[in-house]
Amino acid sequence: MTTLDATRPHDAKPGPEVDNYLTFTRGFLSWALTLDHKRIGLMYLVSVLGSFLVGGIFALLVRTELLTPGATIPGVDENLYNQFFTLHGAIMVFLVIIPSIPAALGNFVLPIMLGAKDVAFPRLNLCSYYLWIMGAICAVVSLTVGGFDTGWTFYTPYSTTTSTGGVIPVVTGVFILGFSSIFTGMNFVVTIHKLRPPGMTWFRMPLLLWALYATALIQVLATPVLAITLLMLIVERVFLIGLFDPAMGGDPVLFQHFFWFYSHPAVYIMILPAMGIISEIISVHAHRHIFGYRFIAFSSVAIAIFSFLVWGHHMFTSGQSPLMNTVFSLITFSVAIPSAIKIFNWMATLYRGSISINTPMLYGLGFIFLFTIGGLTGLHLGTLNTDIHLHDTYFVVAHFHYVMMGSALIAMVGGLHHWWPKMVGRMYNERHGIIGFALVFIGFNVTFFTQFMLGSHGMPRRYYDYPSEFQIYHVISTIGSYIMAAGFFWTLYLLVQSLFTGKIAPANPWGGRSLEWQCSSPPPHDNFKTTPSVGDCYDFSVVRWSEEEGGYVVDRNDEDASKPDH
Amino acid sequence: MTSIPANPSDQADDHGHDDHDHPHDPNLAHHFESMEQQLDSGKLGMWLFLATEVLFFGGLFAAYAVLRARNPEVFSYASHYLDTMMGGINTCVLILSSLTMALAVRFAQQGRKTLLVICLWLTMGGAVGFLVIKYFEYSHKIHDHLVWGGAFYEPVDEAQKAQLATPLVALDAPLVDGPKEANASEARSIALSQIVNQPEEAASSIKTAVLGPAGLSAAPAAAEAAIEDKESDGHSAAGHLGDPEMPVGTHLFFGIYFCMTGLHGVHVIIGMGVIGWLIWRSQRGDFGPKYFTPVDLGGLYWHIVDLIWIFLFPLFYLIH
Amino acid sequence: MSHETTAQHDEHDDDHGLGHVVSYGVLFGTGSILLVMTIITVAVTYVDAGEMNMPIALGIAGIKATLVALFFMHLYWDRPFNALVLVASIVFVVLLMIFVLMDSGQYAPSVIKGNAPGVQEVLSIDAPGAPIAEQSQIP
Repeated sequence: MTTLDATRPHDAKPGPEVDNYLTFTRGFLSWALTLDHKRIGLMYLVSVLGSFLVGGIFALLVRTELLTPGATIPGVDENLYNQFFTLHGAIMVFLVIIPSIPAALGNFVLPIMLGAKDVAFPRLNLCSYYLWIMGAICAVVSLTVGGFDTGWTFYTPYSTTTSTGGVIPVVTGVFILGFSSIFTGMNFVVTIHKLRPPGMTWFRMPLLLWALYATALIQVLATPVLAITLLMLIVERVFLIGLFDPAMGGDPVLFQHFFWFYSHPAVYIMILPAMGIISEIISVHAHRHIFGYRFIAFSSVAIAIFSFLVWGHHMFTSGQSPLMNTVFSLITFSVAIPSAIKIFNWMATLYRGSISINTPMLYGLGFIFLFTIGGLTGLHLGTLNTDIHLHDTYFVVAHFHYVMMGSALIAMVGGLHHWWPKMVGRMYNERHGIIGFALVFIGFNVTFFTQFMLGSHGMPRRYYDYPSEFQIYHVISTIGSYIMAAGFFWTLYLLVQSLFTGKIAPANPWGGRSLEWQCSSPPPHDNFKTTPSVGDCYDFSVVRWSEEEGGYVVDRNDEDASKPDH
Repeated sequence: MTSIPANPSDQADDHGHDDHDHPHDPNLAHHFESMEQQLDSGKLGMWLFLATEVLFFGGLFAAYAVLRARNPEVFSYASHYLDTMMGGINTCVLILSSLTMALAVRFAQQGRKTLLVICLWLTMGGAVGFLVIKYFEYSHKIHDHLVWGGAFYEPVDEAQKAQLATPLVALDAPLVDGPKEANASEARSIALSQIVNQPEEAASSIKTAVLGPAGLSAAPAAAEAAIEDKESDGHSAAGHLGDPEMPVGTHLFFGIYFCMTGLHGVHVIIGMGVIGWLIWRSQRGDFGPKYFTPVDLGGLYWHIVDLIWIFLFPLFYLIH
Repeated sequence: MSHETTAQHDEHDDDHGLGHVVSYGVLFGTGSILLVMTIITVAVTYVDAGEMNMPIALGIAGIKATLVALFFMHLYWDRPFNALVLVASIVFVVLLMIFVLMDSGQYAPSVIKGNAPGVQEVLSIDAPGAPIAEQSQIP
């Protein structure tokens, strides 16, 4: 149907007449105090990618240390190693994946996709960003006062008695990050409820908005429990209340209940918006109407509800009672249903689509592949008897990396490529993008598929030392992590390069139908110069390639828009 | 062509009433179409925030439920150290301040500035009164060492100090663990567990633990007798540590008591800040029938503070 | 949308303007009922109703909370979704409590109070009182 190269044939310069959010006002303060959701989204993006770099460095340190049994890197002893994986986990979970899609990409695209001028509470949005910064600062402070080696889960009574001094600062930091996340969620729920323009009914919303809505509900309803849990942990450590310390009549399993009541739904805070991005990418780049719109929309809400009912599957071997184990195992399996609904609908969308094999689409297809592996191995872990064998091994590590990194983060990078022309107004080099994808995808599978084998052979997670028969797997895994790191640095390079040498992006480079493709690239300060036409956002029959625009155009006055909707 | 999106002028007619009415209302943010949309959005946002508050306290309520289900005798014993009269008065103070807050919202909606300011001051008075009473309760408890964790086992007087000297040796470690003091803190934790789990009490505690949630209110007979003592002379010379009837793990009650009422107290203080800000804006004459969102939202916050206390009161003070 | 607002320009009438203006009767009535119920709930404590004491106290608290939410917080007149948000949050708290209580009730009998015997030996602290190991015997 179309060519790959969707850029303009002639290298046009951006006219000075263009009202564009990047150049709307100038100066440091105009960014630091901005209430524009697009700028806040961009600031989030830069901050999150910076944290991703730091978390990634710790991951590489962990992998390098595991190249040989015993000490590998000079000067890294067991305690330092414990701090490495703890930092890697805490940074990646709380500073990177949770805010990556909702706060960075979501902030940018949600109001535009919806057709609103901004999110409902712009000041709260900015506040959320600065809370994120404060949380990150607390994490840095914790490093300077002795670090922490509790694992990212802060399990008691270890976290209340360990001698590393950074526990209280980092827990405070995560507490603050929780409120950052809550504020983003509140903003999104209210925006979607109250700021839909005329014509934008619930079932005309792009599926990413449904996913972000479901995510926001989880953020609002689950995160406070994490906040109070961490507060109790701090109080317990400072005052010795006795809530979680068995020596004082407390109950450490209680801490795990509280922690996972948040942290399991948090997994869906990470994966649901990723699924939303995939729904967009798959339909736009296959130029085909999304299959089963309502099923995908409702499955997002179903996953959000189920996510609150399965936290106990993290505690099968923690002393939880057999009754609860059975209940939680049963409900855990049922999460597979809405997840599978999504996968099958994406496959059906691809079927007989006019697929453009470009970078975002490759990340989308990669997501489907990796999420299927990650999801199915989750069923092994949700089964009570196999979990006895597999718990706390590298099998678990591989499983959640397939879901969190292979799915959530890959979708995030795919979404970044998808909306990059919209965000910065420049096209990246398509061939370079595909090379970046190939490196990341191959590196990822080499790193983590090996860990499935390691885990099923019995290699426990978080260990500094191991018997030599595991070494070959560890070496392969480490090499894979280097390939992946190369892929991410390459991607960073090509995106930065596009800022300087990329071709000027048209308003609609991919043939998208949702509202963000109807405003210019980059969008103007108020998002839309004229009220956009709200039609079926997956009806690509009205989208056609325009040589003079150098991109796609949406024919207005289509039959969808003429349907009365209230 | 009846398309709304394709025809912007239709749309303005359908949705722009309030814009036409007062196009330059300074209180209307640029991204809202009407004052009503703005008020509705603010309210929904506030309700979502209140939901997070409910869940925030919900974690503590769940911790309370587990502690009480496993130590029913502790709760029915220790509850009688709390002053029901003071708690009851505080409940009434909060309810009255909620009433004045609700009245304040009404007066804001009607644009009656003087009455609005008076009601807000009355609400503020309720908040201060609540905290003053709470201060007396707290200082009394702290004076008697009826507090959390380790400090609970500090002796009240010299006689008790001598009596408890042996197990308390390890208690001299500082409260906050520094990196170097981990062993001291662990030792302290061990030493405490000796006191906490007095052998003669252990059997009974295990027995009651077996009862589980079903045995919530079934206080052992011994504790019932102790209750009568406590009610007659609340603070005997020997203090709580001298009481042979004291069940294992009594510090847990005071730990969760200070956690929950303390967090609630923090919310009262935040509420006072909000009310003070509302008083300032009201006196400036910001609010009227078209714009009273801050008073409404501040009111919602103040009511949730009241609402949480409504549950805290029976759960701590009114245990039979 | 607010057609009433446009119709009633500057009249500070009780029934018009944004939002619902609650009448004095409802406000003072709710306040009085709340105070009376506070007295009742204190009085009930002195009656021994066995295991029913706590359900009664929580029931009264629940009614009081409902009154506050409905009338002081305007939920009675407000959009239903706001009420749904509050109910959802309470449902999730109850969910957390029920699951945690069920679980805790199941494993509580097997919990060893105090430090496990091995831990104590490692730390070599002289235990005043009986050996911890004896306390951990579960019938």
